[in-house]
Amino acid sequence: MSPAPRPGAGAGGAGGAPAPGAGYPWGHLLGRGPRSPRAGEPRFADTARASLGQSAARTSRATAAAEQRADRRAGRRAEPDWAGLRRAATAVRERALADLERHLTEFEKRAEAAGTRVHWARDAAEAGRIVARVAAGTGARDAVRSSSATAGELRLDAHLLRAGITVHETAVADLIAGLAHEPPESESRTVRRHDRAGARAVLARRLPGAATDLRADPGALVAVAREYLRETLLEAGTAITGANALVAETGSVVAMETEGNVRMGAAMPRALITVAGIDKVVPAWADIAVLARVWARSATGAAQAPVVSTWTGPVEGDGPDEVHVVLVDAGRSATLGDPVGRQALRCIQCTACLDVCPVFERTGAAPYGSVHAGPIGAALAPQLRGTASAREASLPFASTLCGACAEVCPVGVDIPEILLELRARVVDERRANAVPTPEALAAQSAEWVMAEERRFARAQRAGSRWARLLARSGRLRRLPGLLGRWTEARDFPVPPAESFRAWWARRRRALLLGAAIRPPRAGPGASAQRPPAEKPTAPPNPMEGGPPLADPGDGREGGTP
Amino acid sequence: MRIGLFVACLTDTLFPGTARATVRVLERLGYDVVFPREQTCCGQAHHTSGYRREAAALAGRFASVFARCDLVVTPSASCAAMVRTGYPRLAERERRLARVPRVLELSEFLVDVAGVTDVGATFPHRVTYHPTCQSLRALKVGDRPLRLLRAVRGLELAELPAAEECCGFGGTFAWKNADTSVAIVADKVRHIGETGAEVVCAVDDACLTQISGAMSRLRGGVRTLHLAEILASDTGEVPR
Ligand code: SF4
Repeated sequence: MSPAPRPGAGAGGAGGAPAPGAGYPWGHLLGRGPRSPRAGEPRFADTARASLGQSAARTSRATAAAEQRADRRAGRRAEPDWAGLRRAATAVRERALADLERHLTEFEKRAEAAGTRVHWARDAAEAGRIVARVAAGTGARDAVRSSSATAGELRLDAHLLRAGITVHETAVADLIAGLAHEPPESESRTVRRHDRAGARAVLARRLPGAATDLRADPGALVAVAREYLRETLLEAGTAITGANALVAETGSVVAMETEGNVRMGAAMPRALITVAGIDKVVPAWADIAVLARVWARSATGAAQAPVVSTWTGPVEGDGPDEVHVVLVDAGRSATLGDPVGRQALRCIQCTACLDVCPVFERTGAAPYGSVHAGPIGAALAPQLRGTASAREASLPFASTLCGACAEVCPVGVDIPEILLELRARVVDERRANAVPTPEALAAQSAEWVMAEERRFARAQRAGSRWARLLARSGRLRRLPGLLGRWTEARDFPVPPAESFRAWWARRRRALLLGAAIRPPRAGPGASAQRPPAEKPTAPPNPMEGGPPLADPGDGREGGTP
Repeated sequence: MRIGLFVACLTDTLFPGTARATVRVLERLGYDVVFPREQTCCGQAHHTSGYRREAAALAGRFASVFARCDLVVTPSASCAAMVRTGYPRLAERERRLARVPRVLELSEFLVDVAGVTDVGATFPHRVTYHPTCQSLRALKVGDRPLRLLRAVRGLELAELPAAEECCGFGGTFAWKNADTSVAIVADKVRHIGETGAEVVCAVDDACLTQISGAMSRLRGGVRTLHLAEILASDTGEVPR
């Protein structure tokens, strides 16, 4: 049934150290994620600053996201029972993940019976070796690839290039990105969008045979790209594809796309290799019916994906002679072992969450540093690659937790919940260090203060007195130390002299004495250093002026009237 | 029914006017609220920053401080969300979380428990409303704040473009990712400006700190107020 465990020779590549219980396939579903020590990569915030300065990219991203949101809203309204469909899709993904090991074994059995060669790869390096071996076996030096997030994640192209095989992209957006030498994690690849002028420039310059007066309209651009792609496809020995799903009951591959390049690529070359994460397997075709529907509604708003290709092994005298499927772990089984984090593997890559994310809309894909960008990227990448590097450790914090992603996700991935879990994981890892971080010290002392109301009240009084000394015209313009990031571009409010709890205590005393409280004057409790005649910073309330209590005024610290 | 008032540590310190206004509105409707003075902080900031141990301790404290209340009202949506959605996640660390009182955000209390939308307020100004993320998505307060605002005498409600987009605060996000946080609030401030409103209000002082911080630095001129302050107004004055 299942193949003999294949020892991954060497632990290089993005996968890092072998996961515990490496006698796979999938005997180690309950392990911790591999930790790849790649500290030194910039944190999200460090890269974001540069991205925020790219105004043209920000504008086109915001415009495109708004269009996508509108299309998606219309698509969902057209669906008689979107909520029900969403629940069904969530259940389909959960059922598949709950019994993944069995579905994978079943898939392998059925696929092999249909003539497909099934390979298991523990990490990127192993997947690269397998694909390179198959591609080299065709005798041709060229391979075509249709867009596949997994191929980008594993950096397959680089592996193949080292083995002497050149990979040509077949999705138009990826073709342009490839011609412009953009890395797999570049924005144009993750969201598959280019601005027209840029695309025209790249195609006119880099494509052999493109007219120099090429027009910058989508029709003309796609036409020259298509011409070029046809030629490439005819010469390639190998086609590499991703998969939206693998169907266990028949051992089939399902790819949904908008351009038809997967279908074309899968039909022409000698060898067809599908590289897919182990999370992509579902038990039955009935599941595909549900997933295809929500995917289309969420990706484009349409009722159906324009092209859905499926294949089940080679067909005598038609299409490729060899059909391969490479099942890749690369951190997925460890992710599956996390009770909260595992739901990230439900993701069907519809990109809906990217289009509603306030952070992604401003920063774009670059600061996420991998093909996994946007909210789901922040939730998934640190799980797949571990949190040892500065970048991965910063990703769970690159979110306001606004929840728009969870609201839109068609398979109910609660991304903020995963981010909270990962934040706790990062903090706990740092607690293990001998020297606590300044942030940890601050958090611990804040908790100590809040553990006792008298400590809190004292800190409140001291802090607000100090803040009022620093205030200029009723605002704090510069906060010290770690807090200073706030006031780089924002003012901070000045706390009024009397906190609510002080006001409440004063009022209670007054009520108990049965006396009306008169507006307080600077009494013996008032500080001598108080800025003289500074305007009251306490917002006098609409309720003030009426009985039983008057404006607490400035400079009072809750003394008796 | 014993109704406890929970005042977020941030509101207590920086915006006591919000809490006084809340008391004013509730008392005007005939509710007598108690303010257990042992209360400090719900633990939200610790929780969202990954400090679960500390968050659980503060959450446990919250649960025992309010144990004698049948219901807790708070003018802070994100704190109410912390209790309702965050506490269950901390329950296995902290036994005092086995019993947590029901916590309602002010507009939920007014519309659902008190059963009123007209609280007798007068506020003759052009006002826009920013639905905060936690009130919108975690608490699902829906249009309750808007219904309360529509019933205020003299108030002219202006619709906020892209209202449901986050203000960019996000707790420690505002510091850790200060540049992105500011880029987000810059758009929020622009949208608020487009409404021509004199006042922008919300049901959370944390988000209002972010919005007013940017508004004030940019001299945007639109005043930020908590919903409670508008509902407490019976003089028609813009509170200062
Ligand atoms: S996590 Fe994002 S990309 Fe994945 S299915 Fe949900 S909305 Fe789509």
